[in-house]
Amino acid sequence: MSDTLTGAPAAGGAKKVSRINEAVIRIAGNSQDGIQAIGGFLARLAGRSEQEVMTFMTIPSTISGGPSIFQVRIGSGEVLTAGDDADVLLAFYQHSYEGHITSLKKNGIVLYDSDHVAPKPEWQNDYHHVGIPISSLTVEAIGGTAKDKGKNIYALGLIAKMFDLNVPKLEKLIGERFTGKDPSILNNALAAFHAGFANSPSNLVETFQFTDSQKKGVHQVVMNGNEAIGYGLIAAGVRFGAGYPITPWTDIMELLRRELPKYGGSFIQCEDEIASVSMAIGASFAGRVAVTGSSGPGISLKTEAIGWAVMAEMPLVVINVQRGGPSTGMPTNIEQSDLNIAINGGHGDAPRVVIAPANVEDCFYMAIEAVNIARKYNTPVFFLTDQGIATRIEAFVEPNLQKICQDITPDFTPVATHKPYDLAAKDGVTPHVKPGTRILDGKYPIATGLEHDEFGHPTGSPKLHMQMNAKRRKKLQALGATLPVPKIYGPPEGNVLLVGWGSTEGPIREAVDRFRAAGDSVSAIHLRHINPLPNGLENIFSGFHHVFVVEMNDEGLYGYGQLGAVLRARYCDAKIQGINKTDGLTWKVKEIVELVKNKARK
Amino acid sequence: MSQTLTENPVVSINAPKPATGERPGLTRKEIVADHPTWCPGCGDFSVLALYFKLIEKRKLWHEKITSISGIGCSSRFPYFVQAHGAHFIHGRALPFASGVSLARPDLHVFAFSGDGDAFSIGGNHFTHTARKNIKMTLVVMDNQVYGLTKKQTSPTSPLGFKSKTDIWGAVDYPINPSKQAIAVGATFVARTTASNPNHVLAMMEAAMDHDGFSFVHCLSECVEFYEGAFDAANPRKGGVFNEIPKSHDVTDELAAYKLASAEFPGNFGVFYNVSKPTKNAKEAEINRSFQSKFTGLKDWQILQKTFDRME
Repeated sequence: MSDTLTGAPAAGGAKKVSRINEAVIRIAGNSQDGIQAIGGFLARLAGRSEQEVMTFMTIPSTISGGPSIFQVRIGSGEVLTAGDDADVLLAFYQHSYEGHITSLKKNGIVLYDSDHVAPKPEWQNDYHHVGIPISSLTVEAIGGTAKDKGKNIYALGLIAKMFDLNVPKLEKLIGERFTGKDPSILNNALAAFHAGFANSPSNLVETFQFTDSQKKGVHQVVMNGNEAIGYGLIAAGVRFGAGYPITPWTDIMELLRRELPKYGGSFIQCEDEIASVSMAIGASFAGRVAVTGSSGPGISLKTEAIGWAVMAEMPLVVINVQRGGPSTGMPTNIEQSDLNIAINGGHGDAPRVVIAPANVEDCFYMAIEAVNIARKYNTPVFFLTDQGIATRIEAFVEPNLQKICQDITPDFTPVATHKPYDLAAKDGVTPHVKPGTRILDGKYPIATGLEHDEFGHPTGSPKLHMQMNAKRRKKLQALGATLPVPKIYGPPEGNVLLVGWGSTEGPIREAVDRFRAAGDSVSAIHLRHINPLPNGLENIFSGFHHVFVVEMNDEGLYGYGQLGAVLRARYCDAKIQGINKTDGLTWKVKEIVELVKNKARK
Repeated sequence: MSQTLTENPVVSINAPKPATGERPGLTRKEIVADHPTWCPGCGDFSVLALYFKLIEKRKLWHEKITSISGIGCSSRFPYFVQAHGAHFIHGRALPFASGVSLARPDLHVFAFSGDGDAFSIGGNHFTHTARKNIKMTLVVMDNQVYGLTKKQTSPTSPLGFKSKTDIWGAVDYPINPSKQAIAVGATFVARTTASNPNHVLAMMEAAMDHDGFSFVHCLSECVEFYEGAFDAANPRKGGVFNEIPKSHDVTDELAAYKLASAEFPGNFGVFYNVSKPTKNAKEAEINRSFQSKFTGLKDWQILQKTFDRME
């Protein structure tokens, strides 16, 4: 941001410069217009300017085309969500304009492409309209037959001007984006950007300037949740993975396929979901803790093999980027409806670990945690993220990679003897001795899906089946005892406690802020470890009259969602109630506030 | 065991160095584990005995081989072998074995399967493991019937075979495993029968020495549910054991396909054997070319370079 603030009108005719703490910008167009690119540039710029940023996007599930939006919220202070309502709407088409004008705050600015949008008289009073023939001016600027190409960058120039953004930094970002391509592409992009920046619409009466960030001097990285997971796994030392393409998981497998060879690892694209989970388990068995992942139907297909990993006690990380279900469901929409399958999916009693990141930074650090839990307890770990966090861009403090990166190269030191399923092992946790390891007494283990004795030999003994079930259960109970109790957001006692998990932490916290600002007694906790749960939640619940579990899944047959049902079963506490929705969109703060008000009144 | 694999690790590992000094090969006693649960007279006993013989003859050590299987009678195999092994889920032995093979170039991976496991529930994996030429040896003990579940039609049951699911006789055309393997790109395809032990050993040995996906289709009689199925291939039962003529060019795909197409009892021996780069070698090559750009850097420094671009 510029360091000086002059009282004089800014060059180009803008009359007034207002200092702001944050802004929500919504860009609406079609998916092929490159609106994600504008949002990406803005998010990255915010990261480099030490500001907080969060984005939200919708993508059509069609192959090409279809309406799409990208919303970015930039703030000098804390940014918890991508924002309910926008300060500025950039609309490329009539449908973008009509479909999204109501997402603008009253008196917000709608910047529209007057080549494609005919503004409606009835909205003129509520929203400040600024029409610019973006399409034709872009063609003029880059002087060609480029059709619609480049108008996103032209629009970025307009926004840069409107918010007095740092032009050299943006030019650098544009340059980085187009490196390695034909130089004429970069030149055209810069030409479009500068043309947009130089345009000063006469009816734009106000421009903005962000106040200085509260995070001065902090080095940040900017990425989306899927990227953070991929790099987290690499930092954790994972060098093998297998998968099958499915939205929205695919980005992670593409990243690992591309990146792992640098580290001497491989990610294998398999013929199907079952092959991919099987191959990952095979690699884990061979000594390389491996990752597989999927979304929606792909997770269903993997459950049999995951049950084997529970039975045979093999480490495995399963990334589940949740989307709307059941069946093919809503591939590009957000939902938190896979908690049940993550905890219980498959036949038999098959306890496994389920953890869920709450933000992009968590995606990075908890991917490492997932790997380490899998290794320590020799168990599959479900990593539950979702479509929202997968595509959401955030800035976070750059990790100290030298300190964090792990080397988990397998150890093949010979052992004297080995009981793979030793019932006397502390907490039921037994090590996995990999192929390649000499066992000096000459007794070698078989990893098996059959119920087995302590050496891995099949058994039909009722007693051993009960003992082995207990062994597999005890491991997770031991893990549960080590988990931190979640911090309470707000005072530890009050009227309402909101309980969330996964990507909803931001809107839940912002709802708490709004309640407290209005004098209502509302606090929140967010669960990152769901199976097993940390101990001590009952003490937190006891401080509140109501415990509302906020989830993006159906309220179920009995009135509470999937985490709600787990908590009710665990704590037998009738004050636990569900706040649920399944519209396929992230929570708006005002939606949570409304539902909490209704529920608390009852 | 081929050398190329140990030289080109896909995943960098600290593979144990061979013991210094001459380590004696294993004795049969050291290789035998649980007593097999198969019915007396089952053809699988013969395959197991020859696997032991292979380990003895080739001085394979416990920790250098891995036996992997799916579900079925024959898939009980790993329990009977004193070596690292895994008894995985039905039909998925091949992708599991692929994970082992790709992650651990220092091991020789043997997968054991049956006709139902390999060609029915695991049919898709048979195709793709073969076409990717993932280094391993697959031995399918084909009894042309589901034995573990007690006599249902299998994908190799001949037309007219009376099972509990086709009491009037099988109506579905059976798979010819060798033809299929050649067609989907397997680089080593051989056929043998458990009633000819020397031939089984020769085929397993040749398969093991093949650098790539090697497939041995082994007829193995189920005396309980399909007795006499392979008498026509057993000279002791009045049948004929037709060895593939020495003149056959094992690199000639069409000739191999033709030989594999012969009516039962068909031909025995190596139909097809060609040298093609394995998936293991190709992935290792990708890694080598990527890693050469980062010589001397620690893993965290490589990741740091990526993060520097995300600031």
